[in-house]
Amino acid sequence: MSETFAIGIGGAAGQGVATPGDIFAMIFSRRGLHLNAYNAYQSIIRGGHTFLTIRTGVEQVECMGDGIDLLIPLNQDTMDRHLRLLTAGGACIYNEDTIKPGAVADGVQLCPLPVSKMADITRNKVAQNTLALGAALSMMGVGFQSLESVIAGQFGRKGEAVVKENVDLARTGYEYATANFKPFARPLPMTEKRYAVLSGNTAMAMGGAAAGVKFYCAYPMSPSTGVLHWMAGHGRKAGIMVRQMEDEIGVINMAIGAAHAGVRAMCATSGGGFALMTEGLGLSAMAEIPVVAINCQRAGPSTGVPTKTEQGDLWQALGAAFGDFPRVIAAPLNIGDCFTLMAEIFNVTDLFQCPGIVLCDLLLSEGRLSVDPKVLNFKPAIDRGELITTNGDLNHEEYLRYKFTESGVSPRAIPGLPGYTHTVASDEHEENGVLISDEYTNAGKRRAMMDKRMRKVAGIEAMVPPPVLEGPKDADVTLIGWGSTDGTIREARTRLAEQGITANQLQIRWLVPLHGDAILKILRTAKHTIIVENNYSGQFARYLRSETSFVANGHIRKYDGEPFMPHHIVEGVHQQLAGSTSLSVPTHEVMV
Amino acid sequence: MATLNVVAPGPIAMADFKGKVDPDWCPGCGDFGVLAAVQKALVELQIPNHRVATVSGIGCSSNFPGFINTYGMHTLHGRALPVASGLKLANHGLTVLVTGGDGDGFGIGCGHFVHAMRRNINMTYLVLDNQIYGLTTGQTSPTSRIGMKTKSNPYGNEDTPVNPLTLALSAGATFVARGFSGDQKHLTELIKQAIQHKGFSFLDVFSPCVTYNKDNTFQWFRPRVKKLEDNAEYDATNWVAAVEKATVWGDEIPIGKFYENTGVPTLEETEPVLEAGPLIDRELYIAPDVAKKFVEELM
Repeated sequence: MSETFAIGIGGAAGQGVATPGDIFAMIFSRRGLHLNAYNAYQSIIRGGHTFLTIRTGVEQVECMGDGIDLLIPLNQDTMDRHLRLLTAGGACIYNEDTIKPGAVADGVQLCPLPVSKMADITRNKVAQNTLALGAALSMMGVGFQSLESVIAGQFGRKGEAVVKENVDLARTGYEYATANFKPFARPLPMTEKRYAVLSGNTAMAMGGAAAGVKFYCAYPMSPSTGVLHWMAGHGRKAGIMVRQMEDEIGVINMAIGAAHAGVRAMCATSGGGFALMTEGLGLSAMAEIPVVAINCQRAGPSTGVPTKTEQGDLWQALGAAFGDFPRVIAAPLNIGDCFTLMAEIFNVTDLFQCPGIVLCDLLLSEGRLSVDPKVLNFKPAIDRGELITTNGDLNHEEYLRYKFTESGVSPRAIPGLPGYTHTVASDEHEENGVLISDEYTNAGKRRAMMDKRMRKVAGIEAMVPPPVLEGPKDADVTLIGWGSTDGTIREARTRLAEQGITANQLQIRWLVPLHGDAILKILRTAKHTIIVENNYSGQFARYLRSETSFVANGHIRKYDGEPFMPHHIVEGVHQQLAGSTSLSVPTHEVMV
Repeated sequence: MATLNVVAPGPIAMADFKGKVDPDWCPGCGDFGVLAAVQKALVELQIPNHRVATVSGIGCSSNFPGFINTYGMHTLHGRALPVASGLKLANHGLTVLVTGGDGDGFGIGCGHFVHAMRRNINMTYLVLDNQIYGLTTGQTSPTSRIGMKTKSNPYGNEDTPVNPLTLALSAGATFVARGFSGDQKHLTELIKQAIQHKGFSFLDVFSPCVTYNKDNTFQWFRPRVKKLEDNAEYDATNWVAAVEKATVWGDEIPIGKFYENTGVPTLEETEPVLEAGPLIDRELYIAPDVAKKFVEELM
C-alpha cells in the first residue's frame, strides 16, 4: 500500500458529521483517488458520539487503516477522545471558541479557528464545519475551485443563497488556513482515474438489480436498511417491484411467492430479522423455489448493538431452518464484491432451486469504498437454470415438478402455462407434488425425495470455486479470514512484511459449499495458521474444524462491535509467533 | 420470458379442476362443500385451471391446493397471504385464491391477514372456519366461543373470539362476505362475486368440523344462518351498516355479502412498476442507459 491520508471527523449525532464527510469523499473521488470510509455511530438520532474516518490514496484503500492524519472534532468530547492518537505530521482543526485542545504529541499541529470572528454563528449553526472543511483543503493543497463545485452540487437543491453562503464560509476558512497554518508535508495527489463511491448496501442492491431481480421486499432493520432505500429510490426506473412488509416472516414468504411466479426475488435484513426468516428458508428448500436473503450482520445476540459490526451469525446461517437441505452461503470480501457476488449467487440458487444466503456485515453494508465503475457491470452472466416458460406442446408426458433426475434438479414450470398445473409443497411430497406426510406416508418415498434434493449438493460444489491462497507459499504465517476482513488482513500482511515477517492469506468467500479438501490441502503445508474473525467464539474456526478436523495454531478475535484495524492483527501475529498466546483479543483503543 | 396462453380446447368443466388425489378430510367435513363450491365457481366463470393459483397455509383446510387442479402452493402455517401476495404481484394476470383455516388465518397468520387487506391486492381469501384446530386433534382456535371445552381448554375457553368480519372491515378489506358450507348454491355465488371483485376479497366460510367441534355443527348452523340477500333493504355499500350486521351473532347469524367497495384501486393498478405488464415478462437486464445513470450517480 502506497501513501494514504486519513481524516477523522467526529461529533454528536445531528452536528453534521455526514455533510463534510460527503464533500471530502466527493473531492477525493473527483481527484481520481481511491477512498475507504467507515462511520462509527450509535443507535441515536441526536447526541451521542459519531466518528467518521475517511482514508484516501492513489491505490485501492482496503480498510480504514490504523491512524488519522487530520482530526476535525466538532465538539469537546471528540477532541478529548481522539486528539491523543495523532502522531507527528498530523493536524487538528477545531473551533477555538468552544473546544479546548489537550496535550498533543510532538510534531502535531493544532489549528484553532476563531469561528465567531469568521462567521455569523447565531444564524448558521454548522458554520464551524464549513470553515474547517475549507481550512483542511487548503492544508491538503487542494485548489479552492474543486471545493466550490462540490459545494454547489451538495447544496444546489437548497437554492443559490445557501450555496453562496457555504462557498463564502469555505473560502474564509480556506484563506485563514493558507495564512496561518502549515500545509501537510505532501499535497493530496491527483490522477486521471474516476471511481464510483458507494456503500455495501448500495452495491448489493445494484448487484441484485444487475442480476435481474424484479422483486424486492424488506422490513427496515439496521444495518441492512440501505438496501431497501436504494431499491425504493430506484425500483421504478429499474422495473423492480419494491414492498415494505409487516415483518420479516412476511418478507421471506412474499419473496418466495414472487420467485415461484418466475422472477428473481431478493430480501435483506440483519440477524434478528434473519431469525424470523428461517422457517421460510426451509420452505424455499422444500418447495425448491430459489430465493436470496441477505443478512447484514450486527453485534448480537438479541437486539444487541444495532450500529456495530460483527461476524457472529455464521452458525445461525449454517443452521437456519430445521432439517437437512441444500443451501449456499457466501460472504462478500469488500464493497465491490457486494455487487459482483449477487449475480453469482443468483445463478447458483436458480440452477439448483435452493435458498442462498449472503452474509454481509455492518462494516461493508454501511462503509463506503471507491470502486472502478467497470466492476459495476449491469450485464453479468445470468443463468436461470431449468425453467419451463413456454408450453409448446399440450401433449407432453404428465409434468412432474419434483421429477427424479441424476442431478437432483427437476425442471421448474412457471405458473400460468397450460398443461403444467401442479402443486408445490411444504410437506414432503411425491414427484408430482402430492403430499406424502399424511395417509400416504411411505419411508421409501421420503428417502427417495431426500436423496433427490441432496443430490444437488454435488452440483453446487462443482459450480462454486474453492478458495485460493494469496501471497508467498512458504510464508512464516498463514492468516485465515472470511468475508469483510479481507482488506484489513491484506494490509496487516504488508505491515508484517515491512517488519520481516512473511504472511499469506486464505480468505473464504463461499462458506457453503466450503471445499474442505481443497482447504486442507492448502493448510497442511502452512507453517503457522491463525484464524482472524470478528466474533467471540471463533465461529469459523469451529466450522472449519467440524468440516475438516483442522485445528489452527491460533486465533485473533474481536467482539467489541468495532472492526479490526491492521495493527490489531499485526500485534496478534507477533504475540503468537513469540508463543505468548494462541488467542489474541485486541483492544479497540478509541472509545466510540 | 414469454408465457403463452394456449387454452385447451372445449369449454371448461368440473373435471378440469379435479385434483390428483381425493381429499383425505374426515367423512362429512365441511371442507368438501367449500371445495366443490370453488370448483363450480371457476367453471361458471370459465377460468381455465392454468390461470388459477391456489395458495394455502397449513391445516386440514390448507390441504386444499392438492385437491384441486390449478397451480397450487402449499406453504407454511399462517404464511399463505404473503406468499400469495408475492405470487400475484409478480404475475398479476393470474387469478389467485388463498385458502386456509381459522387458526392459520386469525391465529398464527393474523398479522399478515390485517396487512394483506390494507394492500388491496386483487385476490380472494377463503377461510374455512370451523372454530377449532382439527389437524392437531382438537384445540381451541381464535374463533372458538367462550366456554367451549377443548383438549387445550378442558375447563372452557376464556379468550374472547376474534370476529373475522369486523376485523376485516376495520383493516380495509374492500369485499367482506360470509358463507356456509351447508348452502352450496349461495356459497358458489359468493365465491364468484369474490373472484370477480377487483381488490382483496375476504370470505369467511362456516365449514363445520364433524370430529372435534360438537358445538358448531351443521345442525347448529342450519336454523340460524340468514341470508343478507333475502333482506331487500340491506345495502352492502354501507360500511357502518356492515360493521353493525357483522356483530349480530346468536339465534340469527347473517351470511352473504356484508360489504363491497368497488371504488378503491388495487395495488396492481396503482403501482407504476406494473404499468408495463407482469414482472415475469420483463427483460432480465436493466436498460443500458438506466444502468449508466445508476453508476453515474455515484461518481
